[in-house]
Amino acid sequence: MIKSELVQRIAEHNPHLYQRDVENIVNAILEEIVAALSRGDRVELRGFGAFSVKHRPARAGRNPRTGEHVPVEQKSVPFFKTGKEMRERLNREPETSPETGA
Amino acid sequence: MTGTGKTVTRVDLCEAVYQKVGLSRTESSAFVELVLKEITDCLEKGETVKLSSFGSFMVRQKGQRIGRNPKTGTEVPISPRRVMVFKPSAILKQRINSQLNSHAKATPDEVKTE
Repeated sequence: MIKSELVQRIAEHNPHLYQRDVENIVNAILEEIVAALSRGDRVELRGFGAFSVKHRPARAGRNPRTGEHVPVEQKSVPFFKTGKEMRERLNREPETSPETGA
Repeated sequence: MTGTGKTVTRVDLCEAVYQKVGLSRTESSAFVELVLKEITDCLEKGETVKLSSFGSFMVRQKGQRIGRNPKTGTEVPISPRRVMVFKPSAILKQRINSQLNSHAKATPDEVKTE
């Protein structure tokens, strides 16, 4: 599913809205998440998961082709941790045993 | 460290929709839920969800492997399972770092220079 399909599905359930409005809704949500992360804040959506930012210190890297040393600057990377309910929903088949969760 | 230390939740997403789209708060909140539900339903079916300029969510199948109880050291089999992964888009990564860079410039004491 891509964003336009997500918009379309939601628009189908809401015939009183224009597709453009639904697009604005989806974008407003995603933009809010991106804005929070670029401030370095965490986004926690219970049942779905949590987005956070991890900081990677500068390190000495290597060009894998030439073996040359290349300095890699410090950077921040987005990180997502799946929520508990989502994890369970992905594994709801009768065969799965819950004993390894802890 | 960067960040205002605040945690953004559904309430804030709902507020953003309310402010930007002009629906009622009740309706905005229902849409936040609906968006998450549509994404979740897709993933549950094993389908990948690609949101351009944000990132993609996908489901990976993991085989059985041997794990270890870190406290007792006993080996325990970990059952095969499905896990969800988020792959951030290049734009998202860039936006997170543009913030870091401006922050790093503002506080040079955090940057180590030989």
